[in-house]
Amino acid sequence: MPESAYDVVIIGAGPAGLAAARSAAACGATVMLVDDNPQTGGQIWRGEPRLAVPSGASLVCGARVFAAPAPGRLWLETFDRDFELGYRRLILATGARERFLPFPGWTLPNVMGAGGFEALAKSGLPIRGKRVVVAGSGPLLLAVARYLRAHGAELRLIAEQASRAALVRFTLGLSRHPGKLWEAVQLRARLLGTRYLSACWPIAADGGARLESVTLYRAGRTWREPCDYLACGFGLVPNVELPALLGCRLGASGVAVDEYQQTSVAGIYAAGEVTGIGGLDLSLVEGEIAGFAAAGKPDSARPLFSARERHRRFAAALDRAFALREELKNLPQDDTLVCRCEDVAFERIRRRSGWRDAKLQTRCGMGPCQGRVCGAALEFLLGWKPDSVRPPVFPARIASLSGPRCPPR
Amino acid sequence: MAETIQLSVDGVSVTVPRGAMISAAVAAAGVSAFRKSVTGEPRGPLCGMGICFECRVTVNGRAHVRSCQVPCESGMEVQTDA
Repeated sequence: MPESAYDVVIIGAGPAGLAAARSAAACGATVMLVDDNPQTGGQIWRGEPRLAVPSGASLVCGARVFAAPAPGRLWLETFDRDFELGYRRLILATGARERFLPFPGWTLPNVMGAGGFEALAKSGLPIRGKRVVVAGSGPLLLAVARYLRAHGAELRLIAEQASRAALVRFTLGLSRHPGKLWEAVQLRARLLGTRYLSACWPIAADGGARLESVTLYRAGRTWREPCDYLACGFGLVPNVELPALLGCRLGASGVAVDEYQQTSVAGIYAAGEVTGIGGLDLSLVEGEIAGFAAAGKPDSARPLFSARERHRRFAAALDRAFALREELKNLPQDDTLVCRCEDVAFERIRRRSGWRDAKLQTRCGMGPCQGRVCGAALEFLLGWKPDSVRPPVFPARIASLSGPRCPPR
Repeated sequence: MAETIQLSVDGVSVTVPRGAMISAAVAAAGVSAFRKSVTGEPRGPLCGMGICFECRVTVNGRAHVRSCQVPCESGMEVQTDA
């Protein structure tokens, strides 16, 4: 056992990780919470967490796990150091990232993710007075638009690829979740005056050294919308790389877990978006369950099962409403780069037989992002499943790879 | 505690609010292309959360720093690769 070992180590200090920390600490476990961002809260609460790190729990921010050399041990790296962590139980709350789809011009500077743009704005990117088109799919677009409006950006329009019929069905279904309905109405109300176009999506981003306009498509018509930024994301995908490295079985929508949020590997739990995209409420309850179970108090988790079931039904409805339409598979043209790290065009990739063949023959997915961007795109475009995961699960410095020796501080 | 931080981006002095990430400082310096791709295309941040590696810059001589995840510090020297 390494020098610094905890009863429960939690990877990811977003809602699920914070909820897990709270319940595990309440059971008396020694808890270490780790996040790769400089602050807790995850992407959704970025910098303004609505759950505190429990007193007594340890926290390391700005650190990411790059290897798991043996059961119970993790190697981590920060901006300027590396260290090892030991755990008896591990909770993976690694969250989700956006799915980006390649279309001509999507690699131009100032074309960003939807959540990505909000994250960068919250990190200090000046957006006041900037013309922004928000596009892609999912409830995230509305939340991003609301943030941008509130902070002085000139929101040009929101382009949602889902059809109006799908959205109406979804909104009606929300009445079974009155709280959510209120949230949705509130969002829409504040956005009054902004165009929210369903069945609409970007087909090209135009510009020289940076974005100047975006070409949108809707119902057989295309037009150019001048803008400074395109904030575009097509839903979320779970960050399953670390769980996969640890040997956790993956299901259709994320890491597979049992009723106590335990993965296929004994002693390793998963909670939140990494088990399947489900939103804030589901993440919180999954985190709480995982925290109790990992701290050896599974009976405290049982009363939470019904709430989790309710939130899962909501997540399933969300998934149906914002399913990506087939036409989006035609977005990339022959010369559109799909792998941004290695600059591999779609034409070269789609002739390959699968993910591994593409990696070997074209270097697609072999760059620093390790396929995190193009992998999710190709999963949708060509139905390719990601390849196996190998350490380091994030690019790490040579010095770190030889094995960290410092305890965390 | 000071409310702003001063650092340099490609040799140009930039002032940002305390807590801002390096990505914000680069943008504040008027730079939208943070780096060049392997075939020489201009690139800027995409994901904002440390996944895509498009925002990487050199900080105090340390290469490949994801500027969206590292807070600015006073006197930092940031070098883009565009």
